[in-house]
Amino acid sequence: MDPSTNKKTPETSTSKYVISRRFDRIFLEIHSIYAFNLRFFKEVFFPPYEFKEIIKQCYEVGVRSLPLISVTAFIIGIVFTNQSRPSLRDFGATSLLPALISVAIVRAMGPLVTAIIASGRVGSSIGAELGSMRVTEQIDAMEVSATNPYKFLVVSRVLATTFMIPALTMYTTFVALLGGYLNVHQNELTTITTFFTQVFDAITFLDIIASSVKSVLFGFTIGMVGCYKGYNSSKGTEGVGKAANSSVVTAMFLVFIEELLVMQVVNAIRAV
Amino acid sequence: MKKINPNINRDDKVIAIRGLQKAFDDFEVLKCVDLDLYKGENLVVLGRSGTGKSVLIKIISGLLQADEGELNVLGEDVNNLTPRQMDALRLKIGFSFQNSALYDSMTVKENLEFPLVRHSKQMNQHDRDRVIDIVLEAVGLSQAMHQMPSELSGGQRKRIGIARTLILRPEIMLYDEPTAGLDPITCIEINKLINEVQRRFNTSSIIITHDLTCARAVGDRVVMLLDGEFKRQGTFDEVFATEDERVKAFYNYNFID
Repeated sequence: MDPSTNKKTPETSTSKYVISRRFDRIFLEIHSIYAFNLRFFKEVFFPPYEFKEIIKQCYEVGVRSLPLISVTAFIIGIVFTNQSRPSLRDFGATSLLPALISVAIVRAMGPLVTAIIASGRVGSSIGAELGSMRVTEQIDAMEVSATNPYKFLVVSRVLATTFMIPALTMYTTFVALLGGYLNVHQNELTTITTFFTQVFDAITFLDIIASSVKSVLFGFTIGMVGCYKGYNSSKGTEGVGKAANSSVVTAMFLVFIEELLVMQVVNAIRAV
Repeated sequence: MKKINPNINRDDKVIAIRGLQKAFDDFEVLKCVDLDLYKGENLVVLGRSGTGKSVLIKIISGLLQADEGELNVLGEDVNNLTPRQMDALRLKIGFSFQNSALYDSMTVKENLEFPLVRHSKQMNQHDRDRVIDIVLEAVGLSQAMHQMPSELSGGQRKRIGIARTLILRPEIMLYDEPTAGLDPITCIEINKLINEVQRRFNTSSIIITHDLTCARAVGDRVVMLLDGEFKRQGTFDEVFATEDERVKAFYNYNFID
């Protein structure tokens, strides 16, 4: 402000203009995310249904993730069991290993590990694929041929991740428990029946429900974030790279936030 | 120089544009555009890069919304159409993209089948295959049916892009820079193809280009976009018979420099 004239100096008005533009952009982005999500719920229930594309995407998300998920889950099962043993041994409680592994893997590690792997593999692939389609005008080509690109590309991919991440979570949990069992069997000579009896005794129905709800939520988030970033990517190859990168980063961030929120809700329910 | 198509019906406007305006932020791309496209006509829109030529056909096809103005396509007021009505109208408009925009995860056949499966549901596989054969034969690429877009040359991709737009038998064709990035011989082939499409499928077309060889070879009428408005229009020779330095510079750059 210029005190002699009591008028705004150009610097002040320029910086205010820049701040205002920045806030505008933030609110526009929030509105854009809201509209993108809302459109999913508007489109998902109405025909035409792209069954063929949904099945193709389920294959891409589910079956193609199996090798990576299998190896990772198996190793996590072994490593987690191995790392937990010394602490339990100090208290002479190694017999509680199956219960400990069960609770940790079913409640948290199964859904979380699956979601993190899927964010990296599936989220980035969706972001890059749709980003590249946007840049090369393939999405526009669909639109001008009177095909709804949102329904064909976004709805099918989000449904695929929402269906397949829970399935992959169950698989991850099973393989991780198997890894844990092999380690326990090798060291404590526990039979598979005893191991899995203790595993199922330690978990409750609420654990399974919470784990399922979380994985559905994670699947939806990973699909939606990947699609949003790719579908709205800016022009150029740099935009495609950014879309792929921010799909992974944003999805992982949101997955951890959701994990925290669901955990709080489940703990509150458990306390009742 | 192209002979003007005798089948142009000057009483039948397939596209009528009045006072069309479009701006991006503070930059006014189209200031006040008036344009008519007659049935059976090939209309070339010339202009330098960034003058809003592609924006114009994107507005016609509904990819972008105009800020102001009237746009009538095949008797429909585009500004007042519901999404469903707009989709119905889009089936009558073919859009050939500058970079062809072929779906790169699909083979050529799947690219051509994609609109058919969605919009010609009464067709069985045999009928679809027959239609695909016809359009591939029309663009001279019957042998490419099972290839992926990445295996095709630039000119072949352009042809397949045109074939994909033809498959639903549109009444209007919009070509965005059909010869951009192609060698001179392929350009001549594409020009011939555009004229062949006009003759064989009886389409009315808008061809966006800054290639004067293309404009001369395919245009029944040429309009020139300068400063967001159509300043010159007529036959190719009429447009360039002017003292306007900007128009002369455009001509000289293409043919002399």
